[in-house]
Amino acid sequence: MFPPVPNPTTQPEAPRFGEKDLIRRSASTVTPPAERQTEVAKLIDVSKCIGCKACQSACIEWNDTHPAIETNTGIYENPHDLTPDMFTLMRFTEWENPETNNLEWLIRKDGCMHCEDPGCLKACPAPGAIVQYSNGIVDFVHENCIGCGYCIKGCPFNIPRISQVDHTAYKCTLCSDRVAVGQGPACAKACPTQAIVWGTKDEMKEWAADRVEDLKSRGFENAGLYDPPGVGGTHVMYVLHHADQPQLYSNLPENPRISPVVEAWKGVTKYAGLAVLGIAAATGFMHYLVAGPNRVSEEDEEAAERLTGEGRS
Amino acid sequence: MNMELSRRQFLGAAGAGVAGTALGAFGFGDIEAAHAEAIRAFKLVNTTETRNTCPYCSVACGVIMYSKGDLKKGEKAEIIHIEGDTDHPTNRGTLCPKGAALLDFVKSETRLKYPMIRKPGLDKFEQVTWDEALDRIARLMKDDRDANFIQTNGDGVTVNRWTTTGFLAASATTNETAWETYKVVRSTGMVAFDNQARV
Repeated sequence: MFPPVPNPTTQPEAPRFGEKDLIRRSASTVTPPAERQTEVAKLIDVSKCIGCKACQSACIEWNDTHPAIETNTGIYENPHDLTPDMFTLMRFTEWENPETNNLEWLIRKDGCMHCEDPGCLKACPAPGAIVQYSNGIVDFVHENCIGCGYCIKGCPFNIPRISQVDHTAYKCTLCSDRVAVGQGPACAKACPTQAIVWGTKDEMKEWAADRVEDLKSRGFENAGLYDPPGVGGTHVMYVLHHADQPQLYSNLPENPRISPVVEAWKGVTKYAGLAVLGIAAATGFMHYLVAGPNRVSEEDEEAAERLTGEGRS
Repeated sequence: MNMELSRRQFLGAAGAGVAGTALGAFGFGDIEAAHAEAIRAFKLVNTTETRNTCPYCSVACGVIMYSKGDLKKGEKAEIIHIEGDTDHPTNRGTLCPKGAALLDFVKSETRLKYPMIRKPGLDKFEQVTWDEALDRIARLMKDDRDANFIQTNGDGVTVNRWTTTGFLAASATTNETAWETYKVVRSTGMVAFDNQARV
């Protein structure tokens, strides 16, 4: 068994990371810290998940969200989709494996993947509304959020949701408040089967390697770790029994990457625009130095008089 | 207001605006940007921890209840958070979805807090004291046992059965409580008994 998440402290404690540990800040630049904190990660072992939704309950309780009671439409997902009040959601897929003729119930805990290269942050136009800490946590700062929804467009996993109450975007924080005092996320602590484990990214990769080996020995030849390189790796990773077909798990993207539109708009276009701006300013200034200010000559005045003066109306 | 603005002044102002925006875009705007604290303050600071057992099933997971308000100072303590107890050998900090949502159980409007009775013919429950409730239960049990107790079966063998009343006990108990409940209930001859030890 992986060491369980410890009990929280009730003593005041200085947060172990904060403003000084930012490595990215939306629509602004930060000086990255000299030393990067140990990268953390949550590992979700889909093969161990029993779909009990304890993670959802614990998430709601810890984050003090109040999802509305919905109606049963005949599916297991509850609520039916991620909402501004539901940061994580069990997604259920019934799949008939053509090789074994077995019905497999694939249950994936959906939620923010905390990408190393976060599309939401890159797309965000509001300074400081999305931040990334050096331990890998991508967090939304609601005071700075303008509710434009660009983060949804930028996210390769379709995670952020805009609240109709305060019109800002919400998603999983990886329980940054708990991690800041040396705790693990609420979902990881609650998980009764240890399908969710929490630790450093290296520890999680090691643990995942063991799990993958175990799954392979049980006949899941294509078992593997989902840590997509298209977004620089993630700080929420999956162990999948069918890692060759991640789309089986409620359309988990096979090769997630930031939308090229966002990349171009926030990349090339931004710098090209700034260059045009700079060149125009420099040209104007040089022209002023070389040619001097524009003076109105006598002939100009006369010409103007002729065009607009008496005799014309 | 009718402002005099020459073409020259207009162009100058526009130029200054562009220059300012460009400076902002080049990254000098951050100086003014408020650095709001992103990480929520840890909500369990200075709360009181109380260990307890989850009230649902007989797995009897250990939980810790975190409450605000110091009872010693005469304040009213209010539970703000409940989570699994990692030091507890049964669950090592984990909980099921019901256990993880225990706070709603505690705060539920329909939570049963006192003995209640619905008298025959009424459609409402009314609150009674523990004394009234226990007296009434004891009286009814005694009457029923006296009327329906079976001492011997058809062959004359002593069986001492009481089959007309059942007993349902709570699951979240210690072994000792469960043992005692069993002894008391079985000693009356009661057959239908469940202390949910099977869950």
